[in-house]
Amino acid sequence: MVKKVITGNYSAAYGAKVARADVIAAYPITPQTQIVEKLASMVAEGELDATFINVESEHSAMTACISASQAGARSFTATSSHGLLLMHEMLIWAAGARTPVVMANINRANGPPWSVWADQGDSIAQRDTGWMQFYCESNQEVLDTMIQAYKIGEARDVMLPAMVVMDAFILSHTSEPVDIPDQEMVDGFLPKFDPEYRVAPETQPYGFGSLVMPDWYMEFRYKIAEAMDLTRERIRKVDKEFEETFGRSYGGLIEFYKCEDADAVLLLAGTVASTAKEVADEMRKKGKKVGVARLRSFRPFPYEEVRKLAAAVPAIGILDKSFTFGYGGAFACEVQGALYHCRDKPAIKNYIAGIGGRDLTPEVLEKIFNDALNLRKGKHAEIEWVGVRGLGGL
Amino acid sequence: MMAKYVTYKDLPLTPITTVGSEANKTGGWRTFRPKIDHSKCIKCYICWKFCPDVSIRIGKDELPEVDFDHCKGCGICANECPKKCIEMILEE
Repeated sequence: MVKKVITGNYSAAYGAKVARADVIAAYPITPQTQIVEKLASMVAEGELDATFINVESEHSAMTACISASQAGARSFTATSSHGLLLMHEMLIWAAGARTPVVMANINRANGPPWSVWADQGDSIAQRDTGWMQFYCESNQEVLDTMIQAYKIGEARDVMLPAMVVMDAFILSHTSEPVDIPDQEMVDGFLPKFDPEYRVAPETQPYGFGSLVMPDWYMEFRYKIAEAMDLTRERIRKVDKEFEETFGRSYGGLIEFYKCEDADAVLLLAGTVASTAKEVADEMRKKGKKVGVARLRSFRPFPYEEVRKLAAAVPAIGILDKSFTFGYGGAFACEVQGALYHCRDKPAIKNYIAGIGGRDLTPEVLEKIFNDALNLRKGKHAEIEWVGVRGLGGL
Repeated sequence: MMAKYVTYKDLPLTPITTVGSEANKTGGWRTFRPKIDHSKCIKCYICWKFCPDVSIRIGKDELPEVDFDHCKGCGICANECPKKCIEMILEE
């Protein structure tokens, strides 16, 4: 084990390295560029035995990854914001073709107005592509989740792609100490990619992605749904196995921090969790019992864990760093959907905050926690944009 | 091909075909059928080159023939033929 002080971007690059990615195809975009720069350098220096494919767009990067995966290669790419949006067509293809590509996506706001700062709008817009989405809180979690993502996605009964998501700059360009696990340990944990069907001269020829008539298309889509449902248990299991091997666990699909006895819990994803945990600790010193539920996996959505949380706490605030215009924040929509069939529902409010890199300071989070603590006391808005000038409120 | 599948569980997880696209007979899509007048044909093979479905074969006496199992009747061959010896006839 080597401990290095590295950025989130380099954590993703080292993650691809220890996972022994065979093919890396990527196009540069802020704030992701360092990932592929580092990987290009590793390949050029002979530190990583992989093929690096320079492409002319993110659409082509994903296409190359899908093709490589169909040839039996473990493939990796990284992107952000508009790069991810340009990939959209091929993201759906990757899932439909059942190619377990792993991609690092740096959460960056969508333009216009042009922005390079963090929010979750880019990855949330890819919700329905059939990709797993894992949101990370630390650079270590980025590296560790990369290894887990391959293991979960490449299982022969899963075969689905996964996105490892981190906040622009807050993780991507911030250095933290990161354990880079020994190669032998990773090799022991993550078996070689061995798909059942692949383009290979020694096997019978296969046609990939050809036409299917309406009498069988639904069955293929159902198989994706079935595999995605299977990943919930796999994510929990792989998290446990990872802890046994490497000594680190992230809570599976969702991490609960001081939620057991909480009067209000804030549900969120990404780095804002670290600030929220600090604030929760401080507020508890003042006798205010608050907790944090950190969503690690948005797809698959951990509805069982969310229902358990809802049964245990009287109020849940849901902090979305994205917005689906015409309704609310994506996390809030999913949580409320998951709770509809439950008998005792907590009070719920959706806080839209931190959009386009707006700072989520301890002061802002304390205001949100205090608001959430009062949800039971009377009428409240269902959705509130936090900190928008001229709106009043929080 | 699909006949052996009864439920979704019988399908391969990856949507693949184990046979080439020749197995998919698309001739039934045709509205017009190309008819080549071999007496006027100069064997330039422009029809063979332009056919988007690889449905022109070079047959007896090196003359072009139509593979009616796959020809969709698009008429590109008739349009491109420099001797205008391919006629498109309505299928009945």
